[in-house]
Amino acid sequence: MTVREEPGPFGTVGRPLLEVRDLATHFFTRAGVVKAVDGVSFDVHVGQVLGIVGESGSGKSVMGYSLLGLVDPPGRIVAGSIGFEGRELTTLAPEELRAIRGRRIAMVFQDATATLNPVLSVGTQMLLAARAHERTKGRGVRALCLETLAKVGIPDPVSRFKAFPHQLSGGMRQRVAIAIALLHRPALIIADEPTTALDVSVQAQIIHEMRELVRMSGTAMMWITHDLATVSSLADDILVMYAGKVVEAGPTRAILKAPRHPYTKGLLDSVPSRNPRGVDLPQIRGSTPSLLDLPQGCPFAPRCHAASPACDVAPLPETDGGRIVRCHHPRGLAA
Amino acid sequence: MLGFIIQRLLQAALVMLAMSALVFVGVYAIGNPIDVIISPDATQDVRAQAIARYGLDRPIWEQYFIFLGNLLRGDLGRSFLFGMPVLDLILSRLPATLELALIAVLAATLVGVPLGIYSGYRPESPISKAIMAVSILGFSVPTFWIGLILILTFAVWLGWLPAGSRGPTRELFGIQWSFLTLEGWTYLALPALNLSLFKFAMMVRLARAGTREIMLGDTVKFARATGLSDGSILRRHVLKLISIPIVTVFGLEFGSTLAFAVVTETIFSWPGVGKLIIDAINSLDRPVMVAYLVLVAALFVTINVLVDLVYALLDPRLRPGAKA
Amino acid sequence: MSHPSLDAPVPAAGIESAALGTAVPATPSHTTSAAVTPVRAAWREFKENRIALGALSVVFLIIALAVAAPWITPQNPYDIGSLSLMDARRPPGYVGSEGYTHWLGTDASGRDLLSAILYGLRISIQMGLMAGLVGLVIGTTLGMVAAYRGGRIETVIMRVVDLQLSFPAILLALVLVALLGQGKTQLIAALVAAQYAYFARTAYGAASAERRKDYVEAALAVPLGGSRIVFRHILPNVTPPLIVVATVQIANSISLEATLSFLGLGLPVTEPSLGMLIANGFQYMMSGRYWISIYPGIALIVLIVAINLVGDQVRDQFNPRLKR
Repeated sequence: MTVREEPGPFGTVGRPLLEVRDLATHFFTRAGVVKAVDGVSFDVHVGQVLGIVGESGSGKSVMGYSLLGLVDPPGRIVAGSIGFEGRELTTLAPEELRAIRGRRIAMVFQDATATLNPVLSVGTQMLLAARAHERTKGRGVRALCLETLAKVGIPDPVSRFKAFPHQLSGGMRQRVAIAIALLHRPALIIADEPTTALDVSVQAQIIHEMRELVRMSGTAMMWITHDLATVSSLADDILVMYAGKVVEAGPTRAILKAPRHPYTKGLLDSVPSRNPRGVDLPQIRGSTPSLLDLPQGCPFAPRCHAASPACDVAPLPETDGGRIVRCHHPRGLAA
Repeated sequence: MLGFIIQRLLQAALVMLAMSALVFVGVYAIGNPIDVIISPDATQDVRAQAIARYGLDRPIWEQYFIFLGNLLRGDLGRSFLFGMPVLDLILSRLPATLELALIAVLAATLVGVPLGIYSGYRPESPISKAIMAVSILGFSVPTFWIGLILILTFAVWLGWLPAGSRGPTRELFGIQWSFLTLEGWTYLALPALNLSLFKFAMMVRLARAGTREIMLGDTVKFARATGLSDGSILRRHVLKLISIPIVTVFGLEFGSTLAFAVVTETIFSWPGVGKLIIDAINSLDRPVMVAYLVLVAALFVTINVLVDLVYALLDPRLRPGAKA
Repeated sequence: MSHPSLDAPVPAAGIESAALGTAVPATPSHTTSAAVTPVRAAWREFKENRIALGALSVVFLIIALAVAAPWITPQNPYDIGSLSLMDARRPPGYVGSEGYTHWLGTDASGRDLLSAILYGLRISIQMGLMAGLVGLVIGTTLGMVAAYRGGRIETVIMRVVDLQLSFPAILLALVLVALLGQGKTQLIAALVAAQYAYFARTAYGAASAERRKDYVEAALAVPLGGSRIVFRHILPNVTPPLIVVATVQIANSISLEATLSFLGLGLPVTEPSLGMLIANGFQYMMSGRYWISIYPGIALIVLIVAINLVGDQVRDQFNPRLKR
């Protein structure tokens, strides 16, 4: 089930970089089993920017963690496969997985204030990350770090190198985190809401810079966010998640122009910039379901205006010319 | 940085002033102050003389200033029991307690912290659970009981170690220390062990709680995502983050051990400051009691200031530095 | 300057790491699920931990035995007339002059150890509960007043509390007993003074966290009456962490009282508490008559450890951060 059928920006059509099939990650808590990720499948190709959109509780972050095996107990991957550069990540030995983390797949988190250790200097943390993998031991490491800091747009890298995280602004800190992710020139970067915690102006800057960075280096990127607006300018393709499942996927432009799933439509409609002034913002009625207590059938049905008795049965994903939708009554198609 | 130090010192001085006033009021309000200076079995004449000489017929605030003045000059009165100036008495006993307290707290930290970190790293392992079980015992069981058991086991049944008093000493910096002699260590072993068990339990729990929380946090997740091994993470990230509260506890515990060694010193007949205060309380040697209180207060204030300084050294966020 | 606080039942300074989190066990919001009351749910969760359940039963058993002591013991150890020196220092199993077996032996005054232990447990539990309760009331009131009133009152109260938290409890208790003399009320006063600070700090932390919440601000804006807010809203949220501290402090009071008695500063000789029994037997340990100290000691340990185990479980339950 590949999202892309036409050649991508680098002309790749064939084997995807990342192949996720029926991934399921469940949390076994006191209160019950939380199915955070429940059967997710998608591909990422070399150089592609894939936007993953969903509200909190949709499972998007957990999915990101699952790819790198960073899910903390009581959660764990219970089913599915993750194919990366020809290897199966779910069955890899810990040492081999560690070799991939940071080197082939890197991750950037939401809040750099929390991800950077406050008691270690920026330089120390970069050196640690740089030296984590065999190949980069030696003298040139420091030069590499400084070079990468410059690449992400940090002025005067030498003095920033010696500084501590709290001495930098929020935007700078996140740039440091991105620099750390870029150190080993990974093939894929997973960015989990990297701009959510930043000021709007800085947000725009960073989005722009990252777009340029990945385009220049040919790195693939998964941009996880709840904000459709950010993703629209950045991603080649979009994946919409709800209650642990993919409900819609396809090229960005197509989805923005003609969303098929009622949820996607609802998300688009509630973006302020798309609405005239002075009118109440349309909202999706109801709230996200508790993942402990999912209804039978389509999880979105209770909030969906197009729901019908047919929705008591969980819909299966249907492919149609590069787009996927999981709905009994997709918009714009005969239902 | 200098401003910071001066500020802390000023605060410390203020607290000392308040403490001295408190002690003064306590003695004045609770007992007959004359009993602090003169033994209760002195004759009427001697009492009258003392009252006049020490100005006890003067108004309170004047007396307080006399008290303060004496304090600053180092005159803390004379002990009823020993007849010597209290300051000399306390100073002569201090080294014994110092070495005991230092060894106990050091041992507790050096053993307890690594065990606690391991326990926080692998909370479900059987070793971990065993460590926690021992730590609960270390907490709950009163120190004097552990001392009893230690004596019973090592001194009475096994006969390996002596049951009390301090070993031979050697001099360093003009003071006699018993840890400088090999035999001195056999005498130090049991009381130090006794004192350290409680601190050990505390360090283990502190390290474990801290490690667990850090391991579940974002910093560690990010570090893992960069491919760092768990070993490196524990050594470079967790240890550094945990060192701040541990150092704080170390300082505070050292201070409280110096005072708390009372029980251990009694059981093991260790000639330190703790035994001094117990004997003083039992024989109502009030000058010693008052002086002890003031000195302990001074000690705590000093340690607090030192801990603050070390804190600032370890946590770059607390250093008065300019934001970039 | 505030020190980091330890999120564990520790009778030491309120310390916690700035790098780690909040000062007191975080309070869960006051919610009631439709079908099961929070008390029932808490009890159900408690039962799952077998060790804690076992500990709780032990505690109840001990309390029952202690309460029933006057009826089930063959001898009243306080009645000096009923003691016979002929029976002194006899080993366990000895049949005494009164014709009954001394299951645990006798002490130096001829007291049947089993009876003495049960009566001693009475005192321990009494003291622990009284000190705990009084400390709870005083500390909670102080803490909540500080949180509610804010401003100068808050600073003053909390500074004093902080200062006291860094002082070792035993030292404070020692000094107070020395100054106030011996007796039940004085002892309780000393115990309370040494421990109210923990209650105060916990209550303050929970209350001020709650006070800052929007709904309290809103309620205060409307003249609904302060006490109503306090009782209906703040109190339910302050209660869980207080329960945790209370269990720990009761265990600590028992331990502290035993220590003081051991040092000879507790209750009068005629009403021997466990600590005094142990102290009396100390000198006989060397000559092999271990039972005089050991059995009272074991009784004491079992009581304290059991209470601490219960307290541990209660604390884990009320800490939402550990909820999986």
